[in-house]
Amino acid sequence: MRRARVVAAIGHAVPWAIAVVYFFAVPSDLDFGTQVMIWILFAMSLDLALGYAGILTLGQAAFFGLGAYTAGLFAIHLSPDPLLGHLAAIGVTMLVGALTGAMILHTTGVTLLMLTLAIVSVLSQYANQATDLTGGDNGLQGIRLDPIFGVFEFNIFGKTAYFYALVVLFGWFVLARRIVHSPFGRSLDGIRQNPHRMRAIGTPVWWRLLAIYTISAAMAGSAGALSAHATRFVGLSVLDLLTSGTVTVALILGGTRRLYGGFIGATIYLVVQDYSAKISPFFWEFVVGGLLIATVLLLEGGLLDFGPAVLRLRDRWQAGQRR
Amino acid sequence: MGSFGLTVLLDGISYGMILFLISVGLTVTMGLMRVVNLAHGAFAMIGGYVAGYLTQRGCNFYLAALAAAAAAAALGAVTERTIYRPLYRKGELAQVLLTIGFVFVATGAVTEIFGAFPYPVVFPPYLTRPLDIGFRQYPAYRLFLIASGAAIALLLWLVLDNSLYGARLRAAVDNPRMARAVGINVSLLFTSTFTVGCGLAGLGGALGAGILSLEPAYALKYVVLFLVVVIVGGEGSFEGSFVAAMALGIIDTLGKYFVAEAAPYLLYTAVFALLLWRPKGLVPPRSLA
Repeated sequence: MRRARVVAAIGHAVPWAIAVVYFFAVPSDLDFGTQVMIWILFAMSLDLALGYAGILTLGQAAFFGLGAYTAGLFAIHLSPDPLLGHLAAIGVTMLVGALTGAMILHTTGVTLLMLTLAIVSVLSQYANQATDLTGGDNGLQGIRLDPIFGVFEFNIFGKTAYFYALVVLFGWFVLARRIVHSPFGRSLDGIRQNPHRMRAIGTPVWWRLLAIYTISAAMAGSAGALSAHATRFVGLSVLDLLTSGTVTVALILGGTRRLYGGFIGATIYLVVQDYSAKISPFFWEFVVGGLLIATVLLLEGGLLDFGPAVLRLRDRWQAGQRR
Repeated sequence: MGSFGLTVLLDGISYGMILFLISVGLTVTMGLMRVVNLAHGAFAMIGGYVAGYLTQRGCNFYLAALAAAAAAAALGAVTERTIYRPLYRKGELAQVLLTIGFVFVATGAVTEIFGAFPYPVVFPPYLTRPLDIGFRQYPAYRLFLIASGAAIALLLWLVLDNSLYGARLRAAVDNPRMARAVGINVSLLFTSTFTVGCGLAGLGGALGAGILSLEPAYALKYVVLFLVVVIVGGEGSFEGSFVAAMALGIIDTLGKYFVAEAAPYLLYTAVFALLLWRPKGLVPPRSLA
């Protein structure tokens, strides 16, 4: 028992240790590491809504983009303080998440999917048209930030951005872990598996879904704010449907309902994208699509399920031998 | 004013016809097989590219359009047997993911083969000229779309409403288990319907290339529109998707004329409101019990 706990503790420490080691080992490419962590956070936000609660959404980019634009506009027009801007982004996305969630969460299935698509489409078309506010196609430029706590300055080497992303990711991870292991988190599990039965035993299904959807929106908004701060730029692509698709791919590749799924999935996704984009700029879409199809058909639990899936195959084979 | 109104109406209807042509296959697959098929736009895109490739090399436009339909149908038949079949038993999430994966593969492949730039279909010269329709000049291409769309819709309606195949299909959409119980080969029906639906999408992609221009992002960019047609019209409802496609085409065209800068997000806002008002579409499926 104690040994299992030690193993688990080491397991939990591994990704964070890697993040710290990366900082010292690859100081020349911290931007890439920052991007990976942003996408991990983004994928984790989707895991809460889609993975745990089973909310079928392709609109997660709406909150990522909204968070990014809020953080960027806040820095330009209101205050260059990054932490205030980050909080503003979280606040706005929470609010929008709660409002839109309240409207759409009584639906299920394809209708819900279409509603989330409609939300992200409305936002992206609006951002495209409102060039005075968002810069349209040129993106939001001229974001200037004060140093964090007045000490840590954002610079071209990206050290501050890297640790900023790491700390934010860690904070959200701890919160997400507490959520999914709480009675509230367990009830989400039940709602995903059988909403009718959960309602029958007295769970306020709609409120639970709204709560997790709002938290998930805030988390995605936080990832968006990180992205705006780390690159000091917000482009229209943050609200793109492809962004929603990408984060879904990252989550599914790693595996849903594990929180760590996003860690593996987002890292692999970005590395594959980085390498295959060097071969040919669009080859990565082909590769990622193929990976996705293979994951759905062969590995229902994502890459984190690879080991157990092999074990299951072995068991089945042995059972066949005995017979 | 009257002639202006008629122009807007014609623009809207021709756009709606293309939406209908491409989406009608999707409505049947989503109604019959209950598969959330986000890859439907990919079949239209592939059809369009086939037609573009052939016409750019001097092939007859109509032959190229037929080839486009055939290519999309063949691909549809193969994918139905290989990657869609395992999906029927899986949840909506798996369906969404796999079909998105298919879109990515198609987009990547098309970019590799045809390049990242818009890829034109060469229409015969008499289609690209304006035609005198009494009160004004109007693009012959759009009249051609309206005519061919109407012809295909009529044909589909005749087949679905009057043939044995149509009766079987409607029975299977309404209640697949019962249909199986009375001896209808639903599995074969799935494959054939999916094939025809993909073929129509390919044809629509080829014919409509003058409005929905071909580019690698096509499959992802327009699939939302096609899904909107299906969902707003009501899954599995042939008449519903016709009405929805026309309404969408006309609303979008009106928006482009009158509130040009707000049109795109007005459309999606309208869809959003409509789905909240009627989550099962304008013409809800008759029986889902």
